[in-house]
Amino acid sequence: MAGSPSISIAVLGSGGAGALTTGNSLLETASAAGWHGLYTRTLGPQIRGGEAAGLLRLAVHPVECLPDQFDLLIGIDWLNAHRFGAEIKIGPQTLVISDPQGGEPPPMVTETGARVVEVPMKDLAKTIPEGRPNMIALGIASRLLGFSTEQVFAAVKNRLADKGPAAIEASLTGIKLGFSAAAAIDFDKRLATPRANSNRRWLLSGNEATALGAIRGGIRFAAAYPITPATEILEWLAPNLPKVGGALLQAEDELAAINMIIGSSFGGTPALTATSGPGLSLMIEALGLATSAEIPIVVVDVMRAGPSTGIPTKSEQADLNIAVYGLHGDAPHLALAPQSVGDCMFTTQWATYLAESLQTPAIILSDQFMGQSRAAIERPADITFIGARTVAADIAGAYKRYATAGNGVSPMAIPGLRGGQYTAEGLTHSERGTPTSGAADHLAQLDKRRDKLEHFNFGDHWASIEGTGDFAVITWGSLTGAAREATGRAAADGLDTRLVAPRLLAPAQPQQMAAALEGAKRILVVEQTHGGQFHKYLRAHYDLPASVRVLNRPGPLPITAGEIHRAITEWR
Amino acid sequence: MSSVETRPATKPADYTSDVKPIWCPGCGDYHVLMSFTRAFAQLGLPPEKIVVVSGIGCSSRIPAYTNCYGFHGVHGRSLAIAAGLKVTRPDLTVVVASGDGDGYSIGGNHFLHACRRNIDMTYVVMDNRVYGMTKGQPSPTTEPDFDTALSPGGTGLNPFHPLVIALASGANFVARAFSGEPKETAGIIVEAIRHPGFSFVEILSPCVTFRPDEREWKNLVHPAPVTATSEPAKAARRIMTDDGFNIGILYRGARRPYQARTEDQNIDLADLEKDFEL
Amino acid sequence: MSKTPSERPVTSVADLLALAYQIETDAVQRYSELTEQMETHNNQDLVKLFRDLARAEGAHAEEIRKMAGDIDLTAHAERLARWKKGGSPEEADLGAAHYLMTPWHALQLALTGEKQALAFFTSILDTANDAKIKKMAAEFVEEEAEHVNLVYRLLRKYPKPSDAWSEDDDPPAPQD
Repeated sequence: MAGSPSISIAVLGSGGAGALTTGNSLLETASAAGWHGLYTRTLGPQIRGGEAAGLLRLAVHPVECLPDQFDLLIGIDWLNAHRFGAEIKIGPQTLVISDPQGGEPPPMVTETGARVVEVPMKDLAKTIPEGRPNMIALGIASRLLGFSTEQVFAAVKNRLADKGPAAIEASLTGIKLGFSAAAAIDFDKRLATPRANSNRRWLLSGNEATALGAIRGGIRFAAAYPITPATEILEWLAPNLPKVGGALLQAEDELAAINMIIGSSFGGTPALTATSGPGLSLMIEALGLATSAEIPIVVVDVMRAGPSTGIPTKSEQADLNIAVYGLHGDAPHLALAPQSVGDCMFTTQWATYLAESLQTPAIILSDQFMGQSRAAIERPADITFIGARTVAADIAGAYKRYATAGNGVSPMAIPGLRGGQYTAEGLTHSERGTPTSGAADHLAQLDKRRDKLEHFNFGDHWASIEGTGDFAVITWGSLTGAAREATGRAAADGLDTRLVAPRLLAPAQPQQMAAALEGAKRILVVEQTHGGQFHKYLRAHYDLPASVRVLNRPGPLPITAGEIHRAITEWR
Repeated sequence: MSSVETRPATKPADYTSDVKPIWCPGCGDYHVLMSFTRAFAQLGLPPEKIVVVSGIGCSSRIPAYTNCYGFHGVHGRSLAIAAGLKVTRPDLTVVVASGDGDGYSIGGNHFLHACRRNIDMTYVVMDNRVYGMTKGQPSPTTEPDFDTALSPGGTGLNPFHPLVIALASGANFVARAFSGEPKETAGIIVEAIRHPGFSFVEILSPCVTFRPDEREWKNLVHPAPVTATSEPAKAARRIMTDDGFNIGILYRGARRPYQARTEDQNIDLADLEKDFEL
Repeated sequence: MSKTPSERPVTSVADLLALAYQIETDAVQRYSELTEQMETHNNQDLVKLFRDLARAEGAHAEEIRKMAGDIDLTAHAERLARWKKGGSPEEADLGAAHYLMTPWHALQLALTGEKQALAFFTSILDTANDAKIKKMAAEFVEEEAEHVNLVYRLLRKYPKPSDAWSEDDDPPAPQD
């Protein structure tokens, strides 16, 4: 039978069932076998023992969004599973594996015409000492997807390495039982064989990719205050920064964290912190300080649903406004957004390079979906952007830290350089850096800070621009993958569609956007906000053709490729 | 203790910039500036190896008046800036300058954690028991019956006791000085800078404009009747009978200063990717 | 650990009834609390067990109320001295709960409670001077001893779980 382009599996369970471990193990098995994959999880509100679902999509090609519908759903039990109804879409084509002892299947199973096959996973697990139903489920899923027991064993042994031989033995036996139980089940979706290639591949989360990109970009100091869903960035940096001669300091709050990285950067060490919306709000004042004093820093905002405390575990794109417009006064700075798990690495590295080159803060708008999803990807190409701060040397005469001559980037004296002494200032200052309230100085420094950004050549990385046609989809961040899939489907139907996804949100790039939209007659803006922030931002900074529609929805549910595709075809 | 490169015969004038202070004549901070430059001269540190970090307020204007590197940050966050700076540049001498509003109110939380963290730096708070820059509101060290526009009849609140807080939170050196004795204050600052870990020096520095009553301080201050101790419990007992005008070093502790976790294996960046490789 | 009320000893049958009633109603409250916790944390086996225990204690409380007739037991209990340390003897220790606890654990909890109640009534029996109080205390001692045996019988159905009982493959979920 022909291989499917992609296949999607959801595994549910509660009360310590270990559904997420099943999902992760499947991802690891598949990626070791050469597949690309994207894995995310969704949880109930409890800290332990809650209902949980692992959502996995596997394919031969890179996967950057979840599917419109799942092919296989395994319910280790159905307790409180109705919570996931909106997120886990299934239909008549879906195979559902259900444990007769697992409680009542929710409406999403019983009312969609899905095919239900019962397997007594809990009872089977009881036949093994220390047996666990999630390993039975793993066996079932692996068999249905066409993996061998060896492939699954390898992944599980790795995962359970520090749990002892008894636990490993129990798991392997459970997987074997699951394999046997699945032997009789009909499942006609199969993954196509992955093409053998010599490219190295990685398995990592967006947060891990962000952290690695930071170190590659030259970051050697991080200040950390934990916040969901950004904490993993800091947790990866804590042991790894010292390995490259750097350091991480835990701060007492976000106010301390942002000021610590400013202090580090002032002393010559590129620095970063990571937070989410509430933390970014606290950091706004100091971001203005760094902008005014022209001190490079990198702040990652892993966006979650807002406002205020919002939904800490869910994704949204509504921190655009605060990132671009949040600073009081006229304070232009950098704002960027990665477009996929893998792109988190590139964008963070590039943002560090830009911040250092332009002596200004860079805010990176990642989000919970990219940050906490794991993806099996091709190892990204090495890129040589590394922080390129213009540093003063050999000072003759009175040093002017904020000299306005040239492209607006003035050499920065690093403490220790004789003759370079100056006081970095949040107060409006003269070229020398001394406080002033004069009109000419204020204007000169505002011009300097604006011009240094406007004169900079950001090159092609400023946006992903793909496709042809007079219909264009404009989106950003984690929706880029879904939009790419949607425009791909439209093109396959003969509807040529462009995709424009800016990676650089601030400063705006009017000339480049005009070139990207040349000839486009209809624009579909897609964003995960309630208030249409991205649409308004586009209108504020760019000329758009007369015909614009907006597909926007706030979190927690992602906008799927199917929805975007429908919006495109309905407008034709 | 930060490594010091000494040069012969440095004078306070070597550490003073040509920027004219905006402080009111009669302000205690003029004397504090003298104490700073005197202390730096005594230590013989190159001005380019000293960074004075401050927040917002009259006292926080001091960095630009020195010839060292300076950072005039935002209100209350100078200790955080200094922490990031010193951890990454242990070779620099970091002196943090603040006031009772900047340091004990908005900066209060960072004060606790700076003492606890014990990073090697010196924190000088110029306490005038009022918010001077914003025209005379009560600060955490203002007396309960001090009448102001924002608190008619006084706040009725007990003042903050900074030396107690510093001691309880783990500061490694705790002292009080008086701006009106610039030579003695310089001496205390020298000791504070020399002492490893987090050194806290509260300098009573009268505000001539909003607290003219503080002119009386020169008659109220007196040398502390005891010499510095290295035992926290002893220091705690002494501070309980402090009248707020004891001048001298209260406590010189032996806590090890903060050590950043460094391995500097100088590994290849490619090694960091091994975690992710399939 | 035996728990006894502070200072004021039991001086009347009404006192004894009030204390006994309080013991049972406290137990009902704790087991109901645990029932809800297990329900929220998807531990279905324990939902049923704690609900049954709550019901059983509720029945005991009802018996005592019938015995007491017109006496307002709740008000009477409030007038008595407070327990010496923390809660009443039969109160289940909420700190011993765990989202993965098994019926064996729950029954151990119940056993501790019943044994403490038995010890409490035994000490009343041993120290009381009044004949009527002694008679009633003896009845409660017999009753609690029966409860203890019942729990032992239930425990025979549930073997002690292996050391891996609290293992959860999935990590905790940060919610905030």
